Amino acid sequence: MTEQTGFPLPSQIADVPGAENWRSMYRYFTRFQPDDDKRFWFYNSMHFPEPMPAFDTITAEVPYQAIGANTARLFVFPTTLGIEHRIVNGRVYITANPVLDPAEIERRAAEFGPRAGYYFENWDSLYEGWKDRLRALIAEIESIAVPALPEWESAEVVFGAVGVAQNHYLQENFHRVLALYSKMWHHHTEMLMLGYGAYVVFFQFCQQAFPEISDQTVGRMVAGIDVIMYRPDDELKALAVLAVSLGIDDLFTDGCVAGEVLAALESRGAAGREWLDALGKARDPWFHVSSGDGFYHHHLSWNDDLTVPFTALPGYVAAARAGGIAPRPTEQLIAERERIASGYRELLATSDEQAAFDQMLGLCRLVFPFVEDHKFYCEHWFTTRFFQKVKAFGELLARSGVIAAADDVFHLHHTEVDEALADLSLAWAAGSPPLGSSHFPPIIAERKRMLKVLEDWSPPAALGPVPEALNDPAVRMLWGITSERIAAWLNPDPDEVVGVAASAGIVEGIARVLHDVSEISALREGEILVVPVTAPSWAPVFAKIRAAVSDIGGSMSHAAIVAREYGMPAVVGCGDATKRIRTGDRVRVDGDRGTVRVLE
Amino acid sequence: MTGPAAPPDGGPGFAVTLPEARDPAVVGGKGASLGELTRAGVAVPPGFVVTVDAFVSAMAALDPSGALRAEVEALPADDLDAIAAVAGRVRTLVAGAPLPDSVASAIVAAYGRLGTDGRPEEIMIDTDVAVRSSATVEDGSDASFAGLQDTYLGVSGPDSVLEQVRRCWASLYNDESVAYRRRLRLPEAGVSMAVVVQRMVAPRTAGVMFTRSPVTGDRSVVAIEATWGLGSALVAGDVTPDSFIISKVTGEITTRRVCSKVKIHSHRSNGPGVTVADTPTSLRDAPSLTDGEIRALAAIGRRVEAHYGAPQDIEWALLDGAGSAAGRIVLLQSRPETVWAAHEQAPAGAPRPRPADHVLALFGKPL
Repeated sequence: MTEQTGFPLPSQIADVPGAENWRSMYRYFTRFQPDDDKRFWFYNSMHFPEPMPAFDTITAEVPYQAIGANTARLFVFPTTLGIEHRIVNGRVYITANPVLDPAEIERRAAEFGPRAGYYFENWDSLYEGWKDRLRALIAEIESIAVPALPEWESAEVVFGAVGVAQNHYLQENFHRVLALYSKMWHHHTEMLMLGYGAYVVFFQFCQQAFPEISDQTVGRMVAGIDVIMYRPDDELKALAVLAVSLGIDDLFTDGCVAGEVLAALESRGAAGREWLDALGKARDPWFHVSSGDGFYHHHLSWNDDLTVPFTALPGYVAAARAGGIAPRPTEQLIAERERIASGYRELLATSDEQAAFDQMLGLCRLVFPFVEDHKFYCEHWFTTRFFQKVKAFGELLARSGVIAAADDVFHLHHTEVDEALADLSLAWAAGSPPLGSSHFPPIIAERKRMLKVLEDWSPPAALGPVPEALNDPAVRMLWGITSERIAAWLNPDPDEVVGVAASAGIVEGIARVLHDVSEISALREGEILVVPVTAPSWAPVFAKIRAAVSDIGGSMSHAAIVAREYGMPAVVGCGDATKRIRTGDRVRVDGDRGTVRVLE
Repeated sequence: MTGPAAPPDGGPGFAVTLPEARDPAVVGGKGASLGELTRAGVAVPPGFVVTVDAFVSAMAALDPSGALRAEVEALPADDLDAIAAVAGRVRTLVAGAPLPDSVASAIVAAYGRLGTDGRPEEIMIDTDVAVRSSATVEDGSDASFAGLQDTYLGVSGPDSVLEQVRRCWASLYNDESVAYRRRLRLPEAGVSMAVVVQRMVAPRTAGVMFTRSPVTGDRSVVAIEATWGLGSALVAGDVTPDSFIISKVTGEITTRRVCSKVKIHSHRSNGPGVTVADTPTSLRDAPSLTDGEIRALAAIGRRVEAHYGAPQDIEWALLDGAGSAAGRIVLLQSRPETVWAAHEQAPAGAPRPRPADHVLALFGKPL
């Protein structure tokens, strides 16, 4: 292997000064090993753009055991086993384990064919069953109780001869929360790899037939029009219309604060109550949309923080007042999608190619509802409930004095949370204070301090020797890592941020960098939004901005789809746009090439 | 009123208008192609073709016995000195000899009608025209090798028009052309040429357009190169043109590269040739086409491509003035795109027994 190492080796990464003790936050199995220097690793900035709080490493640990099981063991993908991850200075690096031996590939292909074929042949009915299983998982995690640990156990336990006191359920129920999260991830990957495969096939075909076609144009031929992703925003619009028709729209003014509006509505009689009822109905499940992609505990949902919906409501209310909010022009969008698809189809030279095009596009449209909607079920609805439940354990630990505040639980690894719960269980039973109250607070304080320090570290895009060829369709598909991308990492242009061209057009404007959805009220009309990630919860702000730039996402990501619908340029999956661009910078967003240039 | 088909003072068919120009054997490749464009419903600058019959008639007057041409035909292909001597003499004769009256009057009459937009009551004899050779053996590279691409711009007045027509004809006897024919042993009796005479346009912007990507061969895009003034600045390499790529399907302009167009070509006001000037600084880095104009061009390109049933390589000009972009665009030439057409392109894919087999094949591929 030629060693044109522009990238440092894992063993050459120095500890960030002031955070030398970062290893104490992470488990031993996430550390780089000496032999890892021989392999190529890349920084998964797409999912993990920030240093990992200890608990949040579960969002790497659990998905990777699910994805690897799916590709390596369940479907037996011929050319790939699973993904390994490592953490250094708080950042998650990954590598895919390829299968290189042709005989082994052939042996695996014989298994893969019938297994994958079964899912494609029965896709729709399997997806229906999948939704039922996910709803069941969500109902189950919602039902899990966090023991309150009162002074005495309820008498029912005695008279019902239950025989088990509730401190037992501290750990059992916590384990169930973790187990459900793992199951959710297994289901998440269950159909996703195959679904993405259908996309990759169609993308590759289109790029072969039309070398200049953009990813977003291929995306437009595939995109589902009636997907769940639009639902939260649609609910918000409906609430705005209702506010106008009930005559309570005066409460929704620019800069209004959710809590104050809700309090004011209480005193507006029947109209106020009707609106609050409608809000309550909309909130479950449609407000379980994370401001991120569910990979960090602080990516809160609308339900956790009503700032986003209440920032958007005044605009929608004004639109409703001015003559109503037009429903999404579904028919028109479908007609446009069909026009584009048939336009490209007609340009194909042979009827054979047209037949292949039809097969591939048909397959994409078959898998699209799952690929698009799984995110709402998994990353948003389930994961919102998951983090809420973990936080409820955190509240108990805080109430018991083990940690200072509920959110501090996210600075403990889940095995440490388990320890703290064992400690609490013993203490409650013994009638003594938990010993964690002197053990954990200094550890947590130190970790919070280190995370702050680690935030300023610029992780190399990749580590280790550059592979001669990067052809693995799975890696390409999931992370867009290609030989060209690696070359760009090796020779970066300091003023240019490179990402995925997600929505066409070029605009210049003033950047507004928002790290968290709670900062959304700072956004001014006509600015260019630069964010770590956009999820459905951000949809309402698209009416205000001129372009969107994100650290995370691909050409089929939420930001990309919404931007295309608004006809504004978007560049997604930049990795470090929120670091390199500052609020107030004048930038040029080139949605055709997938670049953002800082002009001044 | 009377059409141009019945000139009172010219021989039958020595000069035909562009919409009448059909048969390449009579009007040459360029003449036929321009005629075809007008019949495709595309605007071209008004003009006429001096037909092969005119050439034949003029040569018959000049060389009634055919001795002159027999002398050329007898030249050995490898004797370049002899070729230069004989060809030079023939060129001088062809360029200098007065035309038969019937031919000259047909050309002058057609030229006169050009200046009046067909209204016979007005006589405007000073119309600026371009005079171009229109070879009858239009087999692409061979014709260009043979030097049959003479063009005289900014020609004004009947005498000048007649003179440039003769010069076009004379170009058939360029040293290289004659040497080429001798190498291929082509009979001199078969040598002929038509000449296209077209009203000059003074475009605001001009350039070329390919109805597929010249870089990748992608048939789903139209590639446009444009510069201020005459397109000759672009062809001559005096400027790096603005370039635009627009999707035929979505209408999106996917690439726009606006370059510094330092020079601008325009017609000399009286006399042939072009002037080259520095582009005013205010225009230099400004895009030479608006989005609306790019779309209008692409739409015309698609129409021409559909008419011919193959990707085209088009020269166009955009006239200044009011009116829609589409109304101000004229095409100067359209020919089949040849570079990518010659490539054998591998099909992008073929159907499989089951759609899912495409995915199975993707992941089953060894690294």
